[in-house]
Amino acid sequence: MIDNTYSNMKKVVHRNSISRILGIGLAFLLFFTTSLFAQDQAGDPAEGKSLFNTYCAACHHLDRKMTGPALRGVAEKHDREWLQKWIKNSQALIKSGDEEAVKIWEEYKPAVMTAFPQLSDQDIDNILAYTSAPKEEKPAADVAGAKTAEGGAAQGGVGNEIILGALILVFGVLVVMLFLVNKTLRRIAEANGVVFPEQEKRMPLWKAFVKNQFLVLVSVIFLLLASAYFAFGYFMQVGVDQGYQPIQPIHYSHRIHAGDNGIDCKYCHSSARTSKHSGIPSLNVCMNCHKSIPEVAEETATAEYSKEFYDGEIAKLYKAVGWDVENQRYTGETQAVEWVRIHNLPDFAYFNHSQHVTVGRIACQECHGPIQEMEIVHQEAPLTMGWCINCHRETNVKMEGNEYYKKIHEELSKKYGVEEVTAAQLGATECAKCHY
Amino acid sequence: MASNKKYWSSVEELNPNSSIAETLKQNEFVEEIPNDEFLGDKDSLGSSSTSRRDFLKYVGFSTAAASLAACEGPVKKSIPYVVQPESIIPGKANYYATTIADGYDFASILIKTREGRPIKVENNTDAKVNGGANARVHASILGLYDSMRVQGPKANGEYVSWEDLDKSVMAGLNSANAAGKQIVLLTQTYASPSTKKLIAEFSSKFGNVKHVQYDAISEDAALNAFEASYGTRALADYDFSKAEVIVSFGADFLGDWQGGGFDSGYAKGRIPSEGKMSRHIQFESNLSLTGASADKRIPLTASQQKVALAKFYGFLNGKSVGGELPAKVEEAVKNAAAQVARAGRNAVVVTGINDVDAQKVVLSINETIGSVVVDTENPRYTRQGNAAQVNALVKDMNAGNVGVLITSGVNPVYSLPNAAEFEAGLSKVGLSVAFSLKEDETAAKTGYIAAAPHYLESWGDTEIKKGHYGLMQSTIRPLFNTRQFQDSLLKWMGSDVSYHDYIKDAWTSSILGGSSWGSALHDGVFVGSGNVIAEENSEETSETTTDAEPVDSVNAEAAVASVATAVRNLSGATTKGMELVLYPKTSMGDGQQANNPWLQELPDPITRNTWDNYITISLADAESLGLENYTVSNGGLNGDYVKLTVNGVVLDKVPALIQPGQAKGTIGLSFGYGRSLGVKEEMKTGVNAYPLYVGFNNTQEVKIEKVSGTHEFASVQMKSTMDGRNDILRETSLEIFNTKNSHEWNPQPEVSVNHQEVPIAEADLWTKFDSSIGHHFNLSIDLNACTGCGACVIACHAENNVPVVGKSEVRKYRDMHWLRIDRYYSSEETFDGDAAKVEAAPNSISTYHELEHPSENPQVAFQPVMCQHCNHAPCETVCPVAATSHGKQGQNQMIYNRCVGTRYCANNCPYKVRRFNWFLYSENDEFDFHMNDDLGRMVLNPDVTVRSRGVMEKCSMCIQMTQKTILDAKREGRVIKDGEFKTACSAACSTGAIKFGDVNDKESEIVELKENNRMYHLLGFKGTQPNVFYHTKVRNTEEA
Repeated sequence: MIDNTYSNMKKVVHRNSISRILGIGLAFLLFFTTSLFAQDQAGDPAEGKSLFNTYCAACHHLDRKMTGPALRGVAEKHDREWLQKWIKNSQALIKSGDEEAVKIWEEYKPAVMTAFPQLSDQDIDNILAYTSAPKEEKPAADVAGAKTAEGGAAQGGVGNEIILGALILVFGVLVVMLFLVNKTLRRIAEANGVVFPEQEKRMPLWKAFVKNQFLVLVSVIFLLLASAYFAFGYFMQVGVDQGYQPIQPIHYSHRIHAGDNGIDCKYCHSSARTSKHSGIPSLNVCMNCHKSIPEVAEETATAEYSKEFYDGEIAKLYKAVGWDVENQRYTGETQAVEWVRIHNLPDFAYFNHSQHVTVGRIACQECHGPIQEMEIVHQEAPLTMGWCINCHRETNVKMEGNEYYKKIHEELSKKYGVEEVTAAQLGATECAKCHY
Repeated sequence: MASNKKYWSSVEELNPNSSIAETLKQNEFVEEIPNDEFLGDKDSLGSSSTSRRDFLKYVGFSTAAASLAACEGPVKKSIPYVVQPESIIPGKANYYATTIADGYDFASILIKTREGRPIKVENNTDAKVNGGANARVHASILGLYDSMRVQGPKANGEYVSWEDLDKSVMAGLNSANAAGKQIVLLTQTYASPSTKKLIAEFSSKFGNVKHVQYDAISEDAALNAFEASYGTRALADYDFSKAEVIVSFGADFLGDWQGGGFDSGYAKGRIPSEGKMSRHIQFESNLSLTGASADKRIPLTASQQKVALAKFYGFLNGKSVGGELPAKVEEAVKNAAAQVARAGRNAVVVTGINDVDAQKVVLSINETIGSVVVDTENPRYTRQGNAAQVNALVKDMNAGNVGVLITSGVNPVYSLPNAAEFEAGLSKVGLSVAFSLKEDETAAKTGYIAAAPHYLESWGDTEIKKGHYGLMQSTIRPLFNTRQFQDSLLKWMGSDVSYHDYIKDAWTSSILGGSSWGSALHDGVFVGSGNVIAEENSEETSETTTDAEPVDSVNAEAAVASVATAVRNLSGATTKGMELVLYPKTSMGDGQQANNPWLQELPDPITRNTWDNYITISLADAESLGLENYTVSNGGLNGDYVKLTVNGVVLDKVPALIQPGQAKGTIGLSFGYGRSLGVKEEMKTGVNAYPLYVGFNNTQEVKIEKVSGTHEFASVQMKSTMDGRNDILRETSLEIFNTKNSHEWNPQPEVSVNHQEVPIAEADLWTKFDSSIGHHFNLSIDLNACTGCGACVIACHAENNVPVVGKSEVRKYRDMHWLRIDRYYSSEETFDGDAAKVEAAPNSISTYHELEHPSENPQVAFQPVMCQHCNHAPCETVCPVAATSHGKQGQNQMIYNRCVGTRYCANNCPYKVRRFNWFLYSENDEFDFHMNDDLGRMVLNPDVTVRSRGVMEKCSMCIQMTQKTILDAKREGRVIKDGEFKTACSAACSTGAIKFGDVNDKESEIVELKENNRMYHLLGFKGTQPNVFYHTKVRNTEEA
């Protein structure tokens, strides 16, 4: 399928139908323009694109230097035969002493380009046809389109207000009418000689209330209980940071990584599998992917956070890790990132991630909430002892398939005739299991 | 029988009129809560302008302010690695094998690191020699984070760069070379093949280089004797596990004798199996660890020991030897000789007498009986110091013959007996450089201080015993701008090779013999066939080698003749007046770790005193000198001061401690105290005994007189009495053990239920905890194997972040040790004599009074006591907030965050194992120990809470370790094997006295131990059903 040309991300969920339309429109335009250029060449750019993405995209980008040079218009720089030789086996060409080849090698060594003897001449032509396609400017129409869409939304808002206003007006008119009707009727009654009796002065409500001691007592009790309830509630939330959502030095979006791209939590938080800490991934883990992802796709941007914003955040990563995008190398000037810790347990509580993640096979989301939807992570759970204990009481121990539990399981089922036990029944609510 | 015995643990208890002992029995906490201290005195309160109302206002305001401030949590930052090292996973420990070789302690160990920080020392069980770390080695990790360390090279007190230092040193070396002056390397014993090789290369490069090795506490006599007999300057190795009879003349081989490390072998032979255990006879002056473990101990003065040894030789060889000995002693010597003769090659004789003749005689005896215990083929290299060379050096220095003096790992200005001469000589040396961790006494006097890295930051290798190699690897990048001695030598030789590469080359070419360097580094030890040190040693001593090596008849005759002379010399030993016997203390050793608060606070196994050294003196001598020890109202022990004069050297104001078992006519004094530089103010404790160590001889004639003043000791034993409950310690003799039913010598407590005696476990008031499913932990302590070495105490400190409280707090019995090793004296010289006395007049009060009289030579037993983790714990039922509760796995759990500090639990604990945090011991300037500085806190175990003020704490049975073992098994989906469960103390115990395991695993060793007929529970009659059990001590009292 025709996908967004500028995206290197494998899986992009199209969340925004507008951008999808734009994408298709853009690709449509692209298709026409490339076909215009492709007429004098043998290759098929559409075929070439899929080949490019399969074989080349890991190291090359059309317009940007990566591990290898930018490839747009490469067919104009070198002759076709040379390129075919180079692609099939660059090292052989370099060793043969070819001047052009040696020059490129000098620039990019020690990165050796993978040899692709499996590519046919036609394949290479297709790829080259794709690389020769001119860069597509952002069509102005899209911007205009976006604007009209916004305008439409704005109109919708105005419509609601008008309806509301009209309703208020109607009700107001009704009130006035009722008042007038009442006045007229009264006048008619007076004219007819009906006499209204003088109203007796009644005891004010508050005096009646004060005189009724029972009522006073009941309300005082009620008030005391209510204030105790709220005071208790207030004190119980002291030190509970549920919903804590600090601003991080780099705006890292779990929505993009874990949600849109479906990266497994434990790819980055790998120590959660074996250690007590889930671990904040070191920056070299980020660079596993971001070495070749210097910018986000158009669709990744949202109304709140623009593409430029996200690209800026990636640039912050590069600065911290000391990655020179221009020359595709590490400068060695690193700068540690001081993340703000969100989930804080007191020192006297011991928590081990691997116990819960690996042994208990509990999904991260159980405690951390729908992390894959969080643009900015917040503390989902209260992390109070009651919350921990509750889960220990409700969760069954995952015994099946674990050799460690075999004996315990046998004994339990023999003694109590049960198949399943909760963590609490196995001692997970004992104080010193978490406090030592 | 066992319950008939009366134990006492301090002299004060034996005084029937002592109100102190009585008060202490009644009160768990010796002192009242210091209300007055807290409130201040009345006068200043009265004169204060702050009225009670004002005070309440302030309190109200500050409470409100504090609670408001508390509502906002602090922002915590988390900083991950930029590039995470592959081997480090945050939250998981890594272990590296390395070797400590600080010149005094040599051991193959594992270092536990967390996030790259070394935090604990573990035993390296792969090592065949010295794989068990002692208390000092366990504590050495704290030396890495010592805030007094010198942080970079210094010249005349100012920090300089290494380049500057190199320039000056090279200039100095060249000019010394040109002027024909000596270049002297004065070093510790390295026992390192690579260092040896390197120094040889350095010597050949510069010429006129002398390498002088120096041990602060010398084994010179033993080395000389061994060299004369076997040609190598080394020490015989002993495997005491093979010994049936051990006779020791003043050798503290369970302590630091000849480098130590013999205790695990010894303990193996001490556990009765198939009715047999070794017999150990000890002749000694000071009551040592070894004497405490002996079956028969004969207190003798040092000169009497010599005579006894000579007589022993005579009895063994059927020759008559002169010399005067008391008849009883002579009888004992004769007996010992007969037993050795009977055991033949399964016997061994050792001596710690600092005398070449004595050492020669012992070597000859062992050779004659063909002892299988002794290994002279593969000797030890753990002591290399040469007294003659050191003395020659001091002379040369004073004569101005020394151009360059480079010291490494030694502190002669502190530890040389003739330190003043050395200091005078030092000023005449052209260039002096000290490789030192601290700006210590020596470093302060040398021109340059070359900041040396801690052994955990260094590379190195060792050959502790011939063919047994060890590698030292750095476990952390150097914390400071340091460079090790060997790297510096390489640099000064103009080499670009690092010492690490140098070792690797040396090992690949001559030691490994094709084996992998990587696996040697991983294991930390390597057993090879080659022998690098000896080869070079034999070059140095080529004359003796050629003489002694061939065992021809002529030499053999000469040897016999020389032994005869030696025996004659020994038998003539006499002394006038008192003898001073200098000894290294278990905690402090030679004193290089004086700035280590863990060691300062480690109670001496025998005297149970901390933070001090003192003379130990027998009661009879003390009485004749008018010296007194007495307990004052706060429970602290006070004593008199004495003045010691040895050979004109005076040591004033030495505290005197009355020590049962001290040989009459002798006093003991330990090395390692009285440091003045490079240690914190709090650690400047005790007196320096080295000036009395004249001629590197540990026995000296001494003049002793009482001087004025009162010394305050910080002793911990008084508190550890079991309130007169005498069933705490059980022991029996091998004969009874072998012949009688265990009901007689180890009766299990019974109670009467429905007029029927039933075992106490069956009569139960409480509902039982169901521990049948899952794990149920038990800890076993074998009193036969425990030597009282204290390694477990320090390991417990390191594992559990146990705070150090300081001398004045220890004196108030506020020590925080979770694990203590109680030392009990018996009231009779032998167990049988004690029992016989009771049998003669049972139930007579006068008998018990007599039993309370201190013996001149008591039997000693050690008993490690930690929380007993009772299944029916008295502490649990009295806690008003349920801060201590019971776990299914058998642990009695202590929850700090729940504790409100009522201390009811401590009051109700019959074992007195609970410790109260009277103060905040971390980040508190009042307790300026390692937990008060950022550097020192790096040693803390991140898995264990640092307790705050006002909470109770105690042994947790290392629940963090058992939980980790369980989690690892769960994660890997496997069954836990026997032996995987460990506590810090059981892992540290190299004698096998402390064993830990899961009693629900019916195949496990702990079940076997629990079913052993020696098993008993501490105060079992109380029905607390502890999860810690003990094994009755058995003594081999069999005379020949």
